[in-house]
Amino acid sequence: MSLNKQLHYAIDQITEIAKGYGLDFYPMRYEICPPEIIYTFGAYGMPTRFTHWSFGKQYHKMKLHYDIGLSKIYELVINSNPCYAFLLNSNSLIQNKLIIAHVLAHSDFFKNNYYFSQTRQDMVESMAQTSERIARYEQKYGKEKVEATLDAVISIQEHIDPSIIFTQQSVTKQEQGPIKRVDNYEDLSEDNQQIIPQSTEPKIDIDNNKDLLLCIAEHSRFLDDWQRDIVMMLREEMLYFWPQLKTKIMNEGWASYWHQTIMRDLPLTSDETVEFAKLHASVVQPSTTSLNPYYLGLKLFEDIEATYNHPTGEMIRQGIKPGSGRAKIFEIRELESDISFIRNYATKKFMTKEDMYIFQKQNEHYVISDQDYEHVKQQLVQQLVNGGFPTILIKDIDYLRNGELYLYHQYEGTELDVIYLEKVLTYLYTLWGRSIHIETVIEEKSVAFTFDGNKQIKRAIYR
Amino acid sequence: MTSHKDEPIITEADWSLHQKGEQDQRRHMEKVKEAIKQNLPDIVSEEEIMTTDGNNIVKIPIRSLDEYKIRYNANQQQHIGQGDGDSQVGDVVARDADATADGEMGENAGDQPGEDVYETEISLTDIEEALFEELALPNLQQKDESELTITDIEFNDVRKKGLTGNIDKKRTILSALRRNSRDGKPTIAPIHDDDLRFKTWNDVIQYESKAVVLALMDTSGSMGPFEKKLSRSFFFWMTRFLRTKYDHVEIVYIAHHTRAKVVTEDEFFHKGESGGTICSSAYRTALSLIEEKYHPHIYNIYPFHFSDGDNLSSDNKNCLTLVHELMKVSAIFGYGEINAYRRYSTLMSAYRQIDHPKFLHYILRRKQDVYHALTHFFKDRAID
Repeated sequence: MSLNKQLHYAIDQITEIAKGYGLDFYPMRYEICPPEIIYTFGAYGMPTRFTHWSFGKQYHKMKLHYDIGLSKIYELVINSNPCYAFLLNSNSLIQNKLIIAHVLAHSDFFKNNYYFSQTRQDMVESMAQTSERIARYEQKYGKEKVEATLDAVISIQEHIDPSIIFTQQSVTKQEQGPIKRVDNYEDLSEDNQQIIPQSTEPKIDIDNNKDLLLCIAEHSRFLDDWQRDIVMMLREEMLYFWPQLKTKIMNEGWASYWHQTIMRDLPLTSDETVEFAKLHASVVQPSTTSLNPYYLGLKLFEDIEATYNHPTGEMIRQGIKPGSGRAKIFEIRELESDISFIRNYATKKFMTKEDMYIFQKQNEHYVISDQDYEHVKQQLVQQLVNGGFPTILIKDIDYLRNGELYLYHQYEGTELDVIYLEKVLTYLYTLWGRSIHIETVIEEKSVAFTFDGNKQIKRAIYR
Repeated sequence: MTSHKDEPIITEADWSLHQKGEQDQRRHMEKVKEAIKQNLPDIVSEEEIMTTDGNNIVKIPIRSLDEYKIRYNANQQQHIGQGDGDSQVGDVVARDADATADGEMGENAGDQPGEDVYETEISLTDIEEALFEELALPNLQQKDESELTITDIEFNDVRKKGLTGNIDKKRTILSALRRNSRDGKPTIAPIHDDDLRFKTWNDVIQYESKAVVLALMDTSGSMGPFEKKLSRSFFFWMTRFLRTKYDHVEIVYIAHHTRAKVVTEDEFFHKGESGGTICSSAYRTALSLIEEKYHPHIYNIYPFHFSDGDNLSSDNKNCLTLVHELMKVSAIFGYGEINAYRRYSTLMSAYRQIDHPKFLHYILRRKQDVYHALTHFFKDRAID
C-alpha cells in the first residue's frame, strides 16, 4: 500500500473508532504541508491573516527552532466548519495516526464546548477578507500609517469583553433573528449596531467595562473611519481566538486523552508502539518550570474519570453511579472552561499526586516557595483569569471633562511591568488623541500613570 | 451512514508561492536595522562584540522591537511547576536564564520570566553598516603621492567593437533596422557586422590620499577596567572603521605608561600594563615615527590619545608643547579622556588652554559615550 493510501485507510479507521466513542466533530479537511507552511500558519494562527511584522518575527523564531531541532509542530487545527487540520509532510504514518486522533478530539471540542458556541465558523474566510481589506488601506493610506495603527491596536488587542457576545446574543436573536454576518464589511456603523444596542436599548455601560477596543472604536474622537474599522476587525479576530485562550488546558487535555485512548485500540506492531510512546511522552511531559497544558489536562480528565467510575459512598448517596466516568468527562468538555475545570475538579489528592508547586524568582534563582495545595490552586486559577492578562477597566472617557481616557487596573497582588505600561500608554495615545491615565498599585500604593502626548507622568493617588 | 460531504478530505497542495511569513520577516528585519541605528550608542559599547573574532553573530538586546502589552512585572510573578513527587519548598527549579515563562506553555523555548528586552541576533556587518555610514576621516587633504583606487566599473559607453557577451541587443537591432529601411526594407534581418553595438565600461577612479592613524593609549596603573574597556572599545571600532572604509590607511599602535613603545595590534588590545603616567613619552614616540616614516607631505596624520587624564603634573608642560608640535604636522589631534566621576584631571586642565581648530577632545563618562566619541572625532570636517 502506498503511504498516501495507508494514510487514507488510517483516517477512515480512526474516524470510525472516534465516532464509536461518541466524539462529535465537524467534517474534516486534512492538508499535508511543508514545515514553512505549518510554521506560517502557526505564527499567524490562521492560513490567511493580515500582514504585520510581529507575525514575521514569530514565524522566524518558530522556524528557527524547528531548523535547529529545538521544537517541532506536528499539526495545526483550525476551529472552523469544516474543520481544517494541517499535517507536517515529514510525519511518519504512526505519528499521523496519533495526530488524527488528536485533531478529531479538538474538532469535537470546538463543536461542543459552550465557550465556542458563539465563535464564528467562517473565520477562515473572514480573516482572509480582513487581510485584503487591510492591504487596501495600505495602498490608500500608506504602509507606515497602517503599520502604526496595527502596532497600537495589537498592543491592547486582548482587552476585549467576550461576555458581550453572550449577553448580546439573546437580544439580537429575539429581535433581529440570527446574528448577521459581518463578512461583507459594508459600513462600520452598521456592524456596530449588531454589537451595540441602539439608543432605545440600554447602552453598554462604559463604566467598568473592560472592552478597550470597543470603547476606542466607539468613542475615540481622533480616529479615521478606516482606523476604527481596523480596531473592530482585530477585535473580531480576538473574539474568535478568546475561547481557545480560555480552554487551553481542557482542549489539549481532551485531545491527548483521546489520542491515547484511540491509539490503544489500534493494532500496532512493537516498533510502532515504541514510536507512538516516544511521541506521546514528548507531548505530555510535565515541566518543573511551567505548566504543560497537555499533561495537566490529560491527568485531570483521567483523575475525574477514575473518580466517577469508582464513586465513594458519599458520591453514591448524591446519585453518582459507578462507571459513569466517561459520561462525566463528556459533560465537562461541554460545560467548563479552564478556570472552572481546575476550580471544580483539581482535588487536594490530585494536586499532591501531581506534585504541583509555586515558584518565584529569588535573586538569581527560581525557587519553590509554596506547596500548599489551596495556594497553588488559587494561584493557578488566578493566572488563568482574563486569559492571563491584567484586567483593565474603563473608568472615564471624558476625564477632567477634557475627553481624556481614564483606565483602572484591577490589582490582585501582582504589579504591572512599568516599562511596558508606559510604552502601551504611548500607543493608546495614538488611538485616543488625548491624555491617557491608568490607575494601578505600585509598592502597595495607588498610583496613576499619565501620558499626555509628550511626557510620562507618575503620581500618587490619595483617597 | 454519514452523508458524502462529511467524508474526510485529504489534500496536498503546492505551497511554494505562499511566502507570507518570509515577507513579514523581511519587514521585521528592516525594523531590526532601524532599531540598530537608534540604539547605536548602546550597541557599540556592548562588550561582547569586542570578544568576537569579527565575523560572528552577536546577540544584542534591542528594546524597541518588543511587542508591548500591558503585562505583569515578571520579577514579582509567581509561577507554577510540577515536580516528580519529591519536591520541597526551597528547591531551586531554574536559574535566571533557563526557566520558561508559563502562559507561554513552553512554546517559546528560551524565554525566561523577567526577560524584558528582545534579544536579536545581528551580524557585525549590520552594525558596521549603520555605524560607519556616519563616520569619515576629518580634514583629509590631497597629498603629493595619492594612491589610485578603482572603486567600481560603470557601463556607460557604446562602441562598435567589444566582447560578444556585452552586446547591446536593442541598439544593434535599431541600427540594423535603420540601415535596412534605408535600403527600402524596414526589417531587422539581416544584421551585418557593422550593425553590432557593444556596451563597454569605464573604470571609476577615486583618488585616495594616504593616511596614518596613530593610536596612543594610556596603559598605566591608574587606568581601571572601565577606562581600559572604553579606550579599547573606541580603538576597536576605529580600527574596523578605517579598515572597512579606507584602503590606504595605516594604523600604528602606541601604548604608554611612563615610557611609550610601538606595539602590535594584538598586544595593544589584550595586554595590560601598570605604573605611573608620563604622556609626553607617547607624543615623543609619535613625533619620531612621523619624522622617520610618515612625512606630512605624503600622509594625512591622525594622532588619537586616550587616557584617564591622570598625568604626572610636572609633565603637563611638555605635553602642551608636544601636542602643538603634533598639530603642526597632523590633520587633527584627538584627545579622549575617560572620566566617569568628574575627577580633577591634570592633563585636561592643561589642555583647556589649547585654542586650536585642530585640537579635538571628548570626555567619556558612560559607556555609551564610545559612540559619541567616534562620531565626534570622525566627522567629515575641513580645518584651515
